[in-house]
Amino acid sequence: MRHNLVLKSAAKITLPFILLFALYVQFHGDYGPGGGFQAGAIFGAGIILYGLVFGTRNSRILMSPGIAPVAAVIGVFLYTGVGIVSMLLGANFLDYDVLAASDVAGQHLGILLVEFGVGLAVMSVMVIFFHAFVATAEEDLESESSAQTEEPSDRRSQADG
Amino acid sequence: MSLPAGLEAQLPALQIVVPLMAALIAALLRHPRWAWWPATIAGFASCAIALLLAKSAARGEVTIYALGGWIAPFGIEYRIDALNALVLVIINFASLFALVHARRSVAAEIRPERIHWLYCAWMLCLTGLAGMTITGDAFNVFVFLEISSLASYILVASGPKRDALLASFRYLIPGSIGATFFLIGLGLLYMQTGTLNMADIAQRIGEGGTDRTIAAGALFVVIGIGVKAAIFPLHAWLPSAYEQAPSSVAAFLAGASTKVSLYVLMRFIFDIFGIDLAFGALDIDLLLMVLAIASVVAGSLVAVQQEEVKRLLAWSSIAQIGYMTLGMALGNPAGIAASALHLFNHALMKVALFLAIGNFVYRTGSSALGSLVGAGRGMPWTMAAFVVAGMSLVGVPLTAGFVSKWYLLAAALERDLWPIALLILVSSVVAAIYLWRVASAAYEPAPADSPAATIVEAPWTMLAPLLLLALANLWFGVDPSPVLRLAEQAAVQLSVPFESAEIIAPSPLSDTN
Repeated sequence: MRHNLVLKSAAKITLPFILLFALYVQFHGDYGPGGGFQAGAIFGAGIILYGLVFGTRNSRILMSPGIAPVAAVIGVFLYTGVGIVSMLLGANFLDYDVLAASDVAGQHLGILLVEFGVGLAVMSVMVIFFHAFVATAEEDLESESSAQTEEPSDRRSQADG
Repeated sequence: MSLPAGLEAQLPALQIVVPLMAALIAALLRHPRWAWWPATIAGFASCAIALLLAKSAARGEVTIYALGGWIAPFGIEYRIDALNALVLVIINFASLFALVHARRSVAAEIRPERIHWLYCAWMLCLTGLAGMTITGDAFNVFVFLEISSLASYILVASGPKRDALLASFRYLIPGSIGATFFLIGLGLLYMQTGTLNMADIAQRIGEGGTDRTIAAGALFVVIGIGVKAAIFPLHAWLPSAYEQAPSSVAAFLAGASTKVSLYVLMRFIFDIFGIDLAFGALDIDLLLMVLAIASVVAGSLVAVQQEEVKRLLAWSSIAQIGYMTLGMALGNPAGIAASALHLFNHALMKVALFLAIGNFVYRTGSSALGSLVGAGRGMPWTMAAFVVAGMSLVGVPLTAGFVSKWYLLAAALERDLWPIALLILVSSVVAAIYLWRVASAAYEPAPADSPAATIVEAPWTMLAPLLLLALANLWFGVDPSPVLRLAEQAAVQLSVPFESAEIIAPSPLSDTN
């Protein structure tokens, strides 16, 4: 992967557009096709592509394993938080009508926040999965390579004995 | 106790939101000891909510809650009647008792960096189970089924041994297939009725009559839920899952998870498909009765041979699930009431039994029958509670188990099915045999080299929930009236046609081909 110039260039060119498209799908979701789940999947795929091409060391800087679960939890918090706010304002759980001055504005604001929560959670969970799978593969690689380096030293000690 | 009107109206949503928020807080706290607090506080709160909901359900009222202000059948509605109010009480209290026990038990069994994730998964599982129970929307059942299933795979996999991963995988595969079957069934029903609201589906099936699509949908649903409920040929995942899960988690799952699936089965058979379709045209009663008998026989016979107490209790659960299915399959109000009553009583005894074994595991690290020899001397309270809960499982008079078995016997005799009544009696004797093996081992003198020889009683935070449950087994054996009222109310409500929603969804498009 180290010398793959074409792949790296292609990834560099497409990545901004992938991320931008994800934001479009996210924030246009209440008018057209799209929404939080799809946007989160696209954004997460962008980060995964970056990790595949430039190495997981770099993608872990972008989204550290310590931050990702927190981001996922905050996404769900946003979702339930909107529901709880609408309950506190006297309506049913997730009834967006009461969130703003008019029903329409309330529905708009509510679905925007809820979908942003969904997008954040989906994106973070996808990246968590990717890093978790990569981590197990890296562990296997390390244990294999350490086994290979141990072997000659064993032989030497046998020869010494 | 009176609540402000605004809060009382929000109780159905809070039943779901409170454990969900607790799951998030537990995940954010990232601390092995602190994560227990939000879970337990939420556990107390949701028990209170369940009791409040049950109070109005016992009066025969049906509470309806439109999620997001969207009226059914367009939106999702939560709908609480006597049956699911009872199930909500069961799962919330099973979770609470196991949680109180878990503070010491989980800390001893699980690596500290994983503990907060365990409580997060626990609360998500409770959220899913409560959601499956409370909702009046068939597709919403599937969503919550997936939430609770995924969370329970995590709970099983977090067990102390490496075999826990295998047990979780053996649960994951049939569990996913079961959920898929359920979804296929719902798809077929939706195709034919054009709606997902339970009451609306029921009405459309009633009006439109049955055809092959609805029949196939009904069978897919019954089999899919049958996997989750661990009814006989679909039970293979259960013993290893309960054996390998952390002790407190095993108590929670044994008390809550299969109960909810049995509830969903009851709701679909009696309310959505209706007894005429399910038992008349499709003979699901015959299917369930045969499988229930097989569950009772297989569960009891295998339980007798087990050398691992958690595994023994898991096989005994399969036999008990057989009883509950049997009551359902009898189809008469007495059978339904017996089944609902046994849901409650089985949770009482099985949670107590698993917690007792959890105390023993806490002291010795083993749940093998051989290492239990002599434990009764060092842990008198734990083993006394085990014996009481065990007597309840057998169905000794003045314990809770006797009451529900009595009702089940009466229901079987009402339909002149005396061989089934005989089977219930014989399997009770078998239950007495396998529990006697455990109890007699516990009260023998301990050999000097066994870990049980120097054992001391478990800490009081683990003992208190166990003793309370043992007392509850006796209490509800003497005075079962509060639960009985809910169970009989449920039987009445299930035997009348499901009330339809006020607005009916537009008919499915005729040109879908």
